[in-house]
Amino acid sequence: MTNDSPGIAAPKGKRWKRSRSVVLTYAPPALVVIATIGLWELLIHLLDVPTYLLAPPSLIAETIGERAPELWSHSGVTLRETLVGFAFAVGAGLAFGLFLHFSTIARRALYPLLIASQSIPTVVLAPVFVLLLGFGMWPKVAIVGLFCFFPVVVGTIDGLAGVDPEYIRMMLTLDASRFGIFRRVEFPSALPQIFTGTRVGATYAAIGAVFGEWAGSEAGLGWQMIQAKGRLDTALVFADIVFITAMALSLFGLVSLVERLTIPWARRGGVMK
Amino acid sequence: MTSRPTETPTDAVPATASAIEIRGVRHDFGDVVALAGIDFAVARHERLGIVGPSGCGKSTLLSAIAGLLEPVEGTITIDEARSANERLARCALMPQRDLLLPWRTALANAAIALENRGVSRRQARDRARPLFERFGLAEFEERMPSQLSGGMRQRVAFLRTLMAEKDILLLDEPFAALDSITRAGMQEWLLGALAQEPRTVIFVTHDVDEALLLTNRLIVMSARPGRIVRTIQTDLRRDAPRREVVTSPEFAALKEIALEALEL
Repeated sequence: MTNDSPGIAAPKGKRWKRSRSVVLTYAPPALVVIATIGLWELLIHLLDVPTYLLAPPSLIAETIGERAPELWSHSGVTLRETLVGFAFAVGAGLAFGLFLHFSTIARRALYPLLIASQSIPTVVLAPVFVLLLGFGMWPKVAIVGLFCFFPVVVGTIDGLAGVDPEYIRMMLTLDASRFGIFRRVEFPSALPQIFTGTRVGATYAAIGAVFGEWAGSEAGLGWQMIQAKGRLDTALVFADIVFITAMALSLFGLVSLVERLTIPWARRGGVMK
Repeated sequence: MTSRPTETPTDAVPATASAIEIRGVRHDFGDVVALAGIDFAVARHERLGIVGPSGCGKSTLLSAIAGLLEPVEGTITIDEARSANERLARCALMPQRDLLLPWRTALANAAIALENRGVSRRQARDRARPLFERFGLAEFEERMPSQLSGGMRQRVAFLRTLMAEKDILLLDEPFAALDSITRAGMQEWLLGALAQEPRTVIFVTHDVDEALLLTNRLIVMSARPGRIVRTIQTDLRRDAPRREVVTSPEFAALKEIALEALEL
């Protein structure tokens, strides 16, 4: 050990490099957002756009501040619909994906129909669900569920089908049963794709609930939006949009966090393929 | 958890009997004849090498012996067992790629065969741990595969195969993906490990030097259809250092015979 200074300098350099890369990752999009908001504000004032046509960001912020209790309580309604629907979709999607994986006959019969069913715009079913299930939470849960179900099923089936057959051969010579192979190889290696499907579902979930509320409801951010629109309260419409977006992003972030904690190995380039 | 019967029939069979007998094996994939007229026997604790050009059906033959596929014609008998499932219960296969599961530590990867047989996680790991110590992998137990070098990963993969507690090890080009220096180290390591844990080994490779160094007997195969063109007795004295063995006249002579059989 003649020269230990690199040993001390290296971590410092690394840390600096890391914080630099964090800045390089987040700063550009953040700047674009800030610039867009600034430009929006500026243009409205310069062009003298009436606020009932397009509300400036300052007014939206003011509205959020003034009507926070109302916004939060409607958020609660929408959030519950979103989470319940999402939970159903993940549970049912996983179960159905596993069922199709294990039953060749069911897969042959149902998988093409499942894919084909995606050409039906789920949104148009919202009024049907309202007619069937009333104005409460359940028609929204049904819409959210339908929105999120498909990506979870597809992620599960594709993930399980994509397992390298060499692993299965190896496991067979190591005395693994069918279930042992599923539990120790197939399911864990399908998890990254299952999470990808779930993340896609998470981005749809809140929008699904809002669609459901538009079709008929008595509360929720979607309901509040419709009411605000009728009164030409454009700032409140935007405030609702801000809340809906925040909700979608939070759910996405939550799923990503769970993913990171559950399958840390998938990030280290250890994914099997 | 279902577990297969795992009795090792080592004591039931006299030591002189062949562990593996292959008679008139032929296998086709569609119109392609992958293997034809394969006949040989492997004695208990023999190390048999199979060398041949790519596409000569080496891997197909290993799969057939392992019981992963049933040949179209002929019989493969392992200690009286003939059916594919019975063979599967008696062989452990080590493939070219280490196929370590990236979400399991080295130790948990090595212990997986025990878990497959219904041993609890903790017990399986406790039983695998002494092997890490014995085979120069101490301190690496808790590493993830992504934190191990290629040679280390291959060692863990070999321990996993050993932990299956099968008498027959089928090694399918296990070192093909390693650089030549790592590979030389691995060959010595493997010989050492097999001296401690004797097994009946079939070693498939496309490297003649490796085959000569690691086996007692070498089968040379031709491509399409895969046939045995030559059997070579390769028992080299392994008490000298590797560099002396590979530069000895006997080694050169055996290599010449093998290369001639390979038409190289």
